[in-house]
Amino acid sequence: MAYEVDGKTINADEEGYIINLADWSEPLAAIIAKSEGLEMTPNHWEVVNFLREYYNEFQIAPAIRVLTKAIGKKLGPDKGNNKYLYDLFPYGPAKQACKVAGLPKPTGCI
Amino acid sequence: MSDIKAPVLQDYVPIPELHPGAMAGVKPFKASAEHQAALGFPGTLVDDWKAVAIKRLGELVDGSRALKVYLDSCVKCGACTDKCHYFLGTSDPRNMPVARQDLLRKVYRRYFTWAGRLFPWLVGATDLTEDVLDSWYTYYHQCSQCRRCSVFCPFGIDTAEVSMAAREILDSVGVGQKYCNEILGKVHKIGNNLGLPEPALRNTLEGLEEDVKEATGVDVRFPVDVVGAEVLLITPSADFFAEPHIDGLIGYAKVFHQAGISWTVSSQASEAANFAMFIGSREQMQKVAQRVRDAAIALKVKRIVVGECGHAWRVAYAFWSTLIGPLDFLDPRYPRPQHICEVTEGLIARGALKLDPSANDDKVVTFHDSCNVARATRMGDRPGGQFTVPRSVIRSVCAHFVDMDPATIGDRTFCCGGGGGLLTDDLMELRVKGALPRMQALDAVVQGKKVTHMAAICAICKTQFSKVMPYYGLPREMVISVHQLVGDAIVLGAKE
Repeated sequence: MAYEVDGKTINADEEGYIINLADWSEPLAAIIAKSEGLEMTPNHWEVVNFLREYYNEFQIAPAIRVLTKAIGKKLGPDKGNNKYLYDLFPYGPAKQACKVAGLPKPTGCI
Repeated sequence: MSDIKAPVLQDYVPIPELHPGAMAGVKPFKASAEHQAALGFPGTLVDDWKAVAIKRLGELVDGSRALKVYLDSCVKCGACTDKCHYFLGTSDPRNMPVARQDLLRKVYRRYFTWAGRLFPWLVGATDLTEDVLDSWYTYYHQCSQCRRCSVFCPFGIDTAEVSMAAREILDSVGVGQKYCNEILGKVHKIGNNLGLPEPALRNTLEGLEEDVKEATGVDVRFPVDVVGAEVLLITPSADFFAEPHIDGLIGYAKVFHQAGISWTVSSQASEAANFAMFIGSREQMQKVAQRVRDAAIALKVKRIVVGECGHAWRVAYAFWSTLIGPLDFLDPRYPRPQHICEVTEGLIARGALKLDPSANDDKVVTFHDSCNVARATRMGDRPGGQFTVPRSVIRSVCAHFVDMDPATIGDRTFCCGGGGGLLTDDLMELRVKGALPRMQALDAVVQGKKVTHMAAICAICKTQFSKVMPYYGLPREMVISVHQLVGDAIVLGAKE
């Protein structure tokens, strides 16, 4: 599949994860989110931005626990939990948030 | 959650009215040429695929007398028909194990039996056509190789072996499954299913040390690549990444800490899973297992302990000695790999762990037997230890334990619905529907016995349940690791 951003076609795999990570942009993230039925709020962006920072350093998305801890530190302890992340990304913070953040899909028994 | 409709839970799981073709359109994404090439398989359907497939089938049958017996001896008695979770959940008659396996059997009969060669119409033998190949891809990816049907087969036909053979043939003609084959590529390239590189592994484990310190005040270590450690822990990489798996990992670390056992994980073999079993490739299985042997020797460990992973325990218990044995460099007192549950049970039995089960007083726990552990392995030195050891561990750390319906546990346990290489989003409909029998049995003890949590010892089961339970109106937080219960009940620093 593919996404259209400002007249440009961005290629993605069968599940909507973009192929070339350098293609990512904020407008693209908003379009991916929309195709997932999500409306991006500042809270969504906090998660997406953290995922991208972590990925830049480690070449993989963070463990869910690392993510919840980081979000808890930034947005307050009431938000540093799994439930909050599932409320933002109902299909699961690991996969759906990675898709929006333009990162490869985490694979394995997860 | 997507708009997949889960079957309605009733007092029992009825044998469904048949809906031919109900699941004909459900199939996983195919592996790309790149994923195939990394495992030495052709990238796309080869030109002479028919000849290649028949030749490969012949080689598999010649190489395994067991497979030949499984293909020859089915008498269509029907004992297996209603034993499969995917049939019960989907009502597609091709998901009756006998019908699913016949997709391969009828081709075997056509080319490898004299009756099938001469009178195919008399013995239900058919030519291998593109439609047949397509039906293999579809329905052999609707079998989780759980082997529940085999328990009820009067001939003991191991249907999983037939599914594995079919997938192996599909790979050999260039039609692989994306989920399994992409993951196997990552194991070879990075060391684990997740694709978790060493710096990320170290960072995650350091974070866990901080978390445990914060929660308990005790320095519990999560060591990586420590040469000379007593134990090499081989655990699914989901234990480093996912919830509720990671709480199980914390539990293992607390057990080792409190027992004074030095341990390490390996950055090179940072994965217990061996998906090569799912695709039926012995060559790949050996390659993936070899990492464990190499890591154990390089780290000079005396024991290998396997964490909570169902099929990994089967591979370790049943196949390591032929794949990577002899493991004669290990301490003679621990000559074979040990399951973390048997390690913990042994330590509890000799009073090496101080436990406070009241830490789990808020829970009423039941236990899901994982298929590969239940039907292919043992733990400890007693027959049936694979059932009693995990339960004994749970009872030691938790006052309130109840079992589900006896027809759904022990060697008759139902698959979670995501095993055998099917734990992928593109098969979500199958996963939701296939979870039906387990969900029904769980719901019954939730309603009748106030069960609050279901503990499991398999990364696939834990992920599958936390994904599909909301479809059945059950909260995902109900699923926990057995070693989360252990970790929460251990009184750290109180060693006598």
